[in-house]
Amino acid sequence: METHPSVLFLLGASHHTAPLAIREKLALDDARAAALATRLQQTPGVREFTLLSTCNRVEIYGVARDATTIPALRQAVCETTGCTTAEFDAASFLRQNHETVAHLFSVASGLDSQIVGETEILGQVKAAYDSALARQWTGPVLNRVFQKTFQAAKHIRTHTAIGAGQISIATVAVDLAGRIFGELAGTRVLVVGAGDIGLKTVQAFQSRGASAITVASRTLAKAEEAAALAGGWAMSLADLPEAVAGADIVATSTASPDFVLTRELIAASIKRRPARPLFLIDLALPRDVDPAAAGLANVFLYNLDDLAKIAEENLAQREAEVAKCRAILAERTAALWPQVAQSLSQPRA
Amino acid sequence: MSSLFTDRALLWLGALLYLAGFLTGLAALTRRQSSAGPRTILNTLLVAGWVFQMLGLYVRGLTVGGCPLGNKFEIVQFVAWSAMVLYFFVGTAFRLSVLGLFTAGYAAALSLVSLLVGRWDLIHSEKIFGPNPWIELHAALAVFSYGVFGLLALTSLMQLLQNWSLKHKRLNGLFWFLPSVVQLDQINYRLLALGVLLLTFSLGVGAAWWLRNTASVDYPKLVVTLGVWLVYFVMLVLRWRTRLVSARFAWVCLVMFFIALLSLGPVNSSRPHEVILTPER
Repeated sequence: METHPSVLFLLGASHHTAPLAIREKLALDDARAAALATRLQQTPGVREFTLLSTCNRVEIYGVARDATTIPALRQAVCETTGCTTAEFDAASFLRQNHETVAHLFSVASGLDSQIVGETEILGQVKAAYDSALARQWTGPVLNRVFQKTFQAAKHIRTHTAIGAGQISIATVAVDLAGRIFGELAGTRVLVVGAGDIGLKTVQAFQSRGASAITVASRTLAKAEEAAALAGGWAMSLADLPEAVAGADIVATSTASPDFVLTRELIAASIKRRPARPLFLIDLALPRDVDPAAAGLANVFLYNLDDLAKIAEENLAQREAEVAKCRAILAERTAALWPQVAQSLSQPRA
Repeated sequence: MSSLFTDRALLWLGALLYLAGFLTGLAALTRRQSSAGPRTILNTLLVAGWVFQMLGLYVRGLTVGGCPLGNKFEIVQFVAWSAMVLYFFVGTAFRLSVLGLFTAGYAAALSLVSLLVGRWDLIHSEKIFGPNPWIELHAALAVFSYGVFGLLALTSLMQLLQNWSLKHKRLNGLFWFLPSVVQLDQINYRLLALGVLLLTFSLGVGAAWWLRNTASVDYPKLVVTLGVWLVYFVMLVLRWRTRLVSARFAWVCLVMFFIALLSLGPVNSSRPHEVILTPER
């Protein structure tokens, strides 16, 4: 029966400390994760653990008998991943007790992410915890810490603007479409030009429910190819006036040196459906849409610079929220830590 | 103790609760809080304000022996009350109850101004509806339709703000919480149709009695009332035919409501049989 307190630890490497090449080496696929878990289970003194592996971080959260267990953990990671000890020591970091809780709160809330405020990480942390829970790798300490982490991340999401505003060109465009049309399920999207950026934008619209996709290109074959990828219809540029009149959202990305959509063409189109707004997303350089079209009633025109500027503003706004979020998380960490410390002090067999 | 529950005291309480709701919503907006907490507080304050306002109007109704629409003060209070009723029906779809914030500000402004301008409540038309409940219905529906048009003006203002923000690419702050342009346009269309329907029904009821006694309504009131109805009706037809849409439609709705509000002056001042109310009312 041991009476001295256990240690809550985090051993890991992230995009803050490890270059991409090292993160690639450390990445844990299912097989490696299982191998590492087996090693950890066999390591004397390791009582609980959870493995978090994303493209930006590999982190082991755990409870150990004491700090002397840590070198064995380093060795287990290196042997499982093939990373040399020197590489791992240079790229990794170790947190203990209170700092581990603070770090996990920060990670789950998106504050530690490469794109500050992104929400995907919370899902990844949840998945990592669920997996560990199902395999009985966790115990009373980690269960409590992770449950409180999810509550803290939710609080940050709902009480601060850390996740406000989109920060990629495609998602900014989708966000804007939502502010014009509300629900995107019934909107008709026309993509002019079969370029990569146009198709990425279409995918973003599809993820928000848009299903009526048409792709127009100079050659019908190219349009058909892109339409097959996007799951839509194809047409040639000759039918553009008709297609614009029937569309709600038009994303253009052709290599044309001249305007593909002139003010006159757009004015004629909007006249045929005056009650319905037209959202034009000009992703081309040089531009495809005559800027004068922005002056037309019920027409909303955004080009690459506009979208990039919004993305930058949103990112700056998120970063401005970080201090506020950190203060909230510090309070929560301080409130949680005495309970965790008490759990760590419980005698264990 | 009983003096605490005079009609004006209750109406003051209602107005202050609306103001508190407005300030709460504004604070939440400036902090960009989109959680349920501020929305619940805002809606609770608005419901409480609305209940006190209704109680105030009820007490006033008991005092005057009918629907309290006998002077400008009562009409303005009733318009604010009507707008709040409509908000409770249509406002739940809005993010952070942003329409609630607008309605709270609007109702607080109308209620407080009507309470502060003492002369609006000094004179009261004596038994303006007589024993006829149909005339009372006519008046209540007409004022209720003004409540609808008031809410329409608010949603039109919201549409103009959203349109401006999207056109000028200023997308932060308050604009983040506004509903989409299309949603606002649909709401405006429905509110206009509802308002016109109510006003048409009100005028229909009024006309049936007016034909029996054409001297009961004087010429300015008749012209102004029919004028307001006609303009709103034409707006509805133009919107239906998609001749008047988007920002232009919103502008017309907004401007027209101020004209309609101004028309309350000639409509109200043409009433006969006015009595001076005692100050302690």
